[in-house]
Amino acid sequence: MSTIETKLTAKDFVTDQEVRWCPGCGDYSILKQVQTVMPELGIPREQIVFISGIGCSSRFPYYMETFGMHSIHGRATAIASGLKATRPDLSVWIVTGDGDSLSIGGNHLIHLLRRNFNVNVLLFNNEIYGLTKGQYSPASPLGTVAKSTPMGSIDHPFNPLALCLGADSTFVARSMDRDPIHLREILKRANGHIGTSMVEIYQNCNVFNDGAFEVFTEKGTKKINTLMVEHGKPLVFGENSDKGIKLDGFKPKVVNLADVSANDLWIHDEKDQVKASILVRFFNTPADENPLPRPFGVFYTEDRFCYEDALNAQITEAIESKGKGDLDALIRGKNTWTV
Amino acid sequence: MGKPFYFTLTLHLIMKTEIKTDVVILFAGDSGDGIQLTGSQFTTTAALYGNDISTFPNFPAEIRAPQGTIAGVSGFQLHFGSVEIFTAGDACDVLVVMNAAALKANLKQLKSGGIIIANTDGFDPKNLKLAKYPDGVNPLKDNSLEKYIVHEIDVTKITRTALADSGLGTKEMDRSKNMFVLGYIYWMYNRSLDNSIEFLKEQFKKRPELIEANIKVLKAGFNYGDTVETPMNRYEVKPAPVEKGTYRSIMGNQAAAIGLIAATQKAGLTLYYGTYPITPASDILHELSKHKNFGVKTFQAEDEIAAITSAIGASFGGSLGVTASSGPGIALKGEAIGLALMLEIPLVIVNVQRGGPSTGLPTKTEQSDLLQAMYGRNGESPVPIVASYTPSDCFYGAFEACRLAIEFMTPVFFLSDGYIANGSEPWKFPTATELPDLKVSFAKNDLKEGEHFLPYKRNEKLARPWAIPGTKGLEHRVGGIEKENETGNISYDPENHELMVKLRQAKVDKIADYIPLQTIDNGKSEGKLLILGWGSTYGSIKTAVREAISEGYDVSHAHVKYLNPFPKNLGEVLKSYDKVLIPEMNNGQLIKIIRDKYFIDAKGLNKIKGMPFSSEEIKNKIIELLK
Repeated sequence: MSTIETKLTAKDFVTDQEVRWCPGCGDYSILKQVQTVMPELGIPREQIVFISGIGCSSRFPYYMETFGMHSIHGRATAIASGLKATRPDLSVWIVTGDGDSLSIGGNHLIHLLRRNFNVNVLLFNNEIYGLTKGQYSPASPLGTVAKSTPMGSIDHPFNPLALCLGADSTFVARSMDRDPIHLREILKRANGHIGTSMVEIYQNCNVFNDGAFEVFTEKGTKKINTLMVEHGKPLVFGENSDKGIKLDGFKPKVVNLADVSANDLWIHDEKDQVKASILVRFFNTPADENPLPRPFGVFYTEDRFCYEDALNAQITEAIESKGKGDLDALIRGKNTWTV
Repeated sequence: MGKPFYFTLTLHLIMKTEIKTDVVILFAGDSGDGIQLTGSQFTTTAALYGNDISTFPNFPAEIRAPQGTIAGVSGFQLHFGSVEIFTAGDACDVLVVMNAAALKANLKQLKSGGIIIANTDGFDPKNLKLAKYPDGVNPLKDNSLEKYIVHEIDVTKITRTALADSGLGTKEMDRSKNMFVLGYIYWMYNRSLDNSIEFLKEQFKKRPELIEANIKVLKAGFNYGDTVETPMNRYEVKPAPVEKGTYRSIMGNQAAAIGLIAATQKAGLTLYYGTYPITPASDILHELSKHKNFGVKTFQAEDEIAAITSAIGASFGGSLGVTASSGPGIALKGEAIGLALMLEIPLVIVNVQRGGPSTGLPTKTEQSDLLQAMYGRNGESPVPIVASYTPSDCFYGAFEACRLAIEFMTPVFFLSDGYIANGSEPWKFPTATELPDLKVSFAKNDLKEGEHFLPYKRNEKLARPWAIPGTKGLEHRVGGIEKENETGNISYDPENHELMVKLRQAKVDKIADYIPLQTIDNGKSEGKLLILGWGSTYGSIKTAVREAISEGYDVSHAHVKYLNPFPKNLGEVLKSYDKVLIPEMNNGQLIKIIRDKYFIDAKGLNKIKGMPFSSEEIKNKIIELLK
C-alpha cells in the first residue's frame, strides 16, 4: 500500500456493484451528489460508514466505497446510535426512506434526534412505498390513491420536518433530487453540523409516484412554488423574485415586493427555533387557497451536546474519581470470607 | 425491660442451644416491609460466618401492591447450613410473618412443628379482614396453629417504644420494624450484628439519625431474645465444610454483569450494553451502569429493538455488543438476531427468563424460552445457546457466551432465569489471571496489489474476519440480504443460498469442538436412570439425586450447560442409561430437542407454576421410575 495520500475523487466512492434502481429514479442523482461531495469533506474513506434500513433508498450503502451496512427495516437510526456511541471518530451517514424512518422506524428516529448523536440522516422522501410496489406511505398526502388505497388514503400524513423539529432536532434541512447544486450544498452543511443533521430530500419515484414533487422541482413551476431560504436573507420567491414572506404576528403572509419595504420581510434566522417551527409548517400545495411556497434549505441549527460526548465524559469522570477498573477488585466485591 | 437480674438468669438456664445441620427461614410481609433487605442481610451474615447458603426471593409484580393483602405478600426464603446447600429449601423451618396475609399465603410452606414468628400488630381486625379470614377468626387465637411453635411479638409496638426518643415520626419508626425481626433472628441463631451495623452505616450515610434508629431497633430485637419471658431455644448452625478458599456472596444477575465485564476486559474490547428495562433482567443494567470506570457503555434504549440493533452497531464498530431482556423483549429482538447472524458479528443476547407467554408472570421463574432461543426466528437461523445453572455460574455462563460470540463471530444466547438471577449463594471467585485470555485481533490489511478484501472468507472455525471501520483498504458492505460466499456481495443465486445456509449451520455445529465434553455431576457413568437437567433446576436435582443415591437408588445426574450445540458426547452419555428423565420448569422443551436429536424415549417431569422444583418432587419421580 502506498503511504502517499492522493486526493480522492467521486470515482473513488463508486463500488463494483451494479446500481439496481429503476431507470429514471431520483436516487441516481442523490447517489451522484453524495459521491461528488465525499472527496470534498476531507474524511478518509475508511472513516466513513453508510447505514441504511430497508427500502429502495436503503440499497445505497452497496454503492458507496466506504464501510457500510444494509440493515433491517427502520433500524438504521438505532444501529448508527450504537456505532457512534462506541466510535465517535467515524463519520456516520444514515440513508432512509419515508416508510423506513417515519413508519416502522419512527420511534428510533425521534429518539436519535433528541439524543443528538453526531450523525447525518438522509431521508429520501418519495411519499410512496416503492420496494413493495406502490402502497401509500405515512408521508403520502391525504386521499392518495395507491395499491392499498383504491379509494384514497384516509390517514393524515406526517409533516416530516415538523415531526423532527418537535423531537428537538438540532439541524433541519430540505433539498431535492432535481437540484444538484443545492443538494450538494446542504450535504456539506449537514456534514459540518455537530449533532444529528436531518436532511429531507424530495425524491421522485418515477414508477409508483411519478411527479409527486414536480411543482417544486420542474422549471415551469419551481420558482413560484418554492422558497430557497438562506441565513440572514429575506424570504423571497416568485417567477421574478417578486414575492416575499412577511410575518404578521406568528402568521406568515405572501406579499408582493412592490407593496412592502424589504425591511418588513421575514429575514431567515437559522438559530430561531420559533420561526423554524413556522417555516417547516409551510406545507401547502398550489391547489390550496393562498398557498405558501414550499421552503428548501437549512431551516434550523442549534449547538447542543452530543450523546456520545456526554457518554464518554461520564466514563472519563468515573475513571478519574474511582481509578481505572480493577477486574480483581470487581470480582472480589466488598465482603469476602476465607475458609 | 427492667426485669430483675436473677429472673433473666433463670431463663438462661431453661433455654438451651440446639445444633442444626441446616435451616430454612422464610421472611414474609408486605412488599413495603423491607422483607428483601432483611433476607439479604441475614444471607450475608450467614455467609460471612461460613455457612453454605442459597436464597430465593419471591415478590409480587406490583411495586406496592395493596397493603395487607395476599397479592401484596413479598417473600424471601433462605436455606443455610453446616452442610452443602444446593437449593433454597423445599419447606421452611421458620416462618416470619409481618401480617395475617403473609401467614395465610405461606403457612403451607412450613414444616410441621416449625416455628412461626408473628408480628401481632399485623393481625388486628383490619389486617385479618384484608387477608380474608372470616369475621372474628384470628389464627393466632383459635388454636389452628397448634402443631407449630408460635412466637407472638408486637414488633410495631416494641419498635415504636425503642424509638420513642428518636424524634422520628411514626411512619419512619415503623420502617425499622424489619430490623427488629432481623435482630431477633440473629439472636435465635447466635449471630453477630456487626455486618448489618456496617451495612446500616453505609446505607444511611446521609441520614445519621436513621443509622442510630435502625441500629437501636436491631439491638432491641437481639436483646428481646435474651429477655423474653417464654422459654425459647437458640440454634447453632456451624460453618459448612466447604472447599478452602476465599468466598463472596453473589446474585445471578450481578454475576452475569461481572462476567460480561470480565470477558470484555480479557478480550481487550469495550463492553456496549444496549437494553430496555424489563423484569427480571434490569438488575444487570443497574450493576453494569455502576462500572463505567471499566469503560462500560450502557445504553437505555427507547425499546427492545433499538437495544439490540444499537448493540449490533457497536459490534460492527469493534466493541462487544450485548443486549439483555426477558421473553417478551426477546420476541421483539427476533428480527435483529437474524440480522446479527447474517452479518456474522459477535453479539450476546441475555434472556433472564420469566413465566410466559405474553406478559405472563413477570416476577416468577420459568424455563420456557429455550425453544424461542433455539428456533424463534425466521429462516434457517442457528444461534449458539449457553445456560447457567446457579447464581455464581452466571458469571461463567456470561463469560463463555462472550467467548463464543467473539471466536465464532456469531450472536450467542445466554439463558438465565428469575430464580438464579435473584437468588444468591457463596462463590469461591476466580482471580482475573485464572480466566482465559480472549484477546481479539481485528482484520488487518495485508492485501496484495489488486487483491480484494473478502469479508466472508472463513478461518478454521468457519468464522469470518472482524474488519472494523477505520481499517484502510478493508472498506466493505454487509447486510441482511443473502450474501455471496466470501465476497459478501448480494447474491440471489440458488446454489449460493443453500451453501450459505449450510455454512452458517456448520459454523455453529463447529462450536462443539471448542466446548467441554458433558460430565456426570453425580452418580455412575452408566446405569438405570439419568436425570438430565439444564438451568436453574440444578440445585433441586442435585439434592434429590444425592439423597436417592444415599438410599441405594441407581440414579445419576448430568446438567447441560451448552444447549446449542450440545457437547459432542451427549448422545453417548444418554445412551449409557436405561432411562432418562428431564425435569423442566416448562411444558417440555429440552426434551423435544433431545428426542429429536438422539431418538431416545426420554421422560419429562414438568412444573409450570412459576416456582422452582422442590427436591422432593424430583426424588418422588426418581423413586417412581425405579420401582
